[in-house]
Amino acid sequence: MPKVVTISSGKGGVGKTTTTANLAVALAQNNQKVVCIDGDIGLRNLDVVLGLENRIVYDLVDIVEGRCRMRQAMIRDKRLPELFLIPAAQTRDKSAVSPSDMVRLCDELRPDFDWILIDSPAGIERGFRNALAPADMVVVVTNPEVSAVRDADRVIGLVEAEEKGPAKLIINRINPVLVRRGDMLNSEDVLELLAVELIGIVPEDENVIVSSNRGQPVSLDGKTRAGQAFQNIARRLMGETIPFLDLEARDGFFGRLTRFLRPGGK
Amino acid sequence: MPSNFQIKGIREGLLVSLGEGTWPELQETLMIHIHEQENFFKGAHVALDVGNLILHAAEMGSLRDRLSDQGISLWALISNSPTTEQNAQMLGLATRLSTPKPERSVRTLDTNLTTGENAVLVQRTLRSGYKLSSKGHVIVIGDVNPGAEIIASGSVVIWGKLRGVVHAGAEGDEHAIVCALDLAPTQLRIADKIAIPPQRKGKSQPEIAHIQDNQVTAVSWNPKVK
Repeated sequence: MPKVVTISSGKGGVGKTTTTANLAVALAQNNQKVVCIDGDIGLRNLDVVLGLENRIVYDLVDIVEGRCRMRQAMIRDKRLPELFLIPAAQTRDKSAVSPSDMVRLCDELRPDFDWILIDSPAGIERGFRNALAPADMVVVVTNPEVSAVRDADRVIGLVEAEEKGPAKLIINRINPVLVRRGDMLNSEDVLELLAVELIGIVPEDENVIVSSNRGQPVSLDGKTRAGQAFQNIARRLMGETIPFLDLEARDGFFGRLTRFLRPGGK
Repeated sequence: MPSNFQIKGIREGLLVSLGEGTWPELQETLMIHIHEQENFFKGAHVALDVGNLILHAAEMGSLRDRLSDQGISLWALISNSPTTEQNAQMLGLATRLSTPKPERSVRTLDTNLTTGENAVLVQRTLRSGYKLSSKGHVIVIGDVNPGAEIIASGSVVIWGKLRGVVHAGAEGDEHAIVCALDLAPTQLRIADKIAIPPQRKGKSQPEIAHIQDNQVTAVSWNPKVK
């Protein structure tokens, strides 16, 4: 069973951090012991999305450079006692940590946790290498856009070259209405090109933005469609077989009616 | 002179094992080797294996400075001693190679590169960022994704979807061909001719591209018509 899961994408803004936060929350809700590590040194924001920003004292670079013990830098989430965050430093850059530092850090964490999620920065340079080095499994997040898919393809290739593959895929922010109109790539188009295992499709959902801004990941409350999708992904990671949300089915009159009757309904 | 001095090429640069001896001795051996092969070491990215030796940060620091005077960057110090490791980390040196097994670090892409009569056979999907150059023909069993590039002096055969860039007959062979089960490249070049294929409408079919009347032309492949 994989333990260290790196969430990556190549392109920025596709939802790596949101995915990391939501998977961490969803796994913790399933009684898993989870620690997430923000790999985006210099541009940290996993702490913001998780709503833990104000509790940061020490960070990843402090651990690596020996200014604090591991436990001191780990922030426990008050809502979910099994969820921890190791934040990134904001005042340094990616070169403050080396891939071997990350391997060592994760080796130290392994005995105490069921899952170690690493939020990789965008790009394929040092920060990405740092996040990739300790991974048992890599989850690539993409959007149904040509540019995001192109970058995902490159990242999947790099992951294979590092012998960390095959990567798993999450397609984020799919908009069923646009797909039906033929104005957006659908999941089959994306899969045809990338040819890796799909572990989740997350629909476009404005609740994600609202909840990220509040520091309350959507999967805390599984009533939204995106929250539901993330919870399903978490259970798939845990080895369960869960069918994909049927996004298309809700687009008929009846679907819209049910959604209307249950606002934000799943 | 101390024995067991070794230099090995690894993915991250050079791995130099100093072998047995005292620090001043070993350091001198290293510097002698560097002076002897100045060009080889110039600009190198070096990881140093010091074995059981206990070193202080100052000693490592001065070595690092001496090396950098020679244009060599010391990035890692491998040691069996935790004290030395700790000191190295204080200097910001890595203490492990990112690949745990150095012998694996000779990067083999799991491409089944079979050299035969001037042709390579690649049995995998070529993803974005992958560049394959060959002096002969290239045969790919798999897809060529957008962002991937194949440059061959001979012909290129893709048993799969071609979405990336292919340059066949790169050294001027106008008789080179490119064929694919689904020929939809970003750009296709044969010899010095460049073609940007039009957006295809309708079902994909196997096609062969070659130069006809001074331009790249694709025709559908039909074994029945000769």
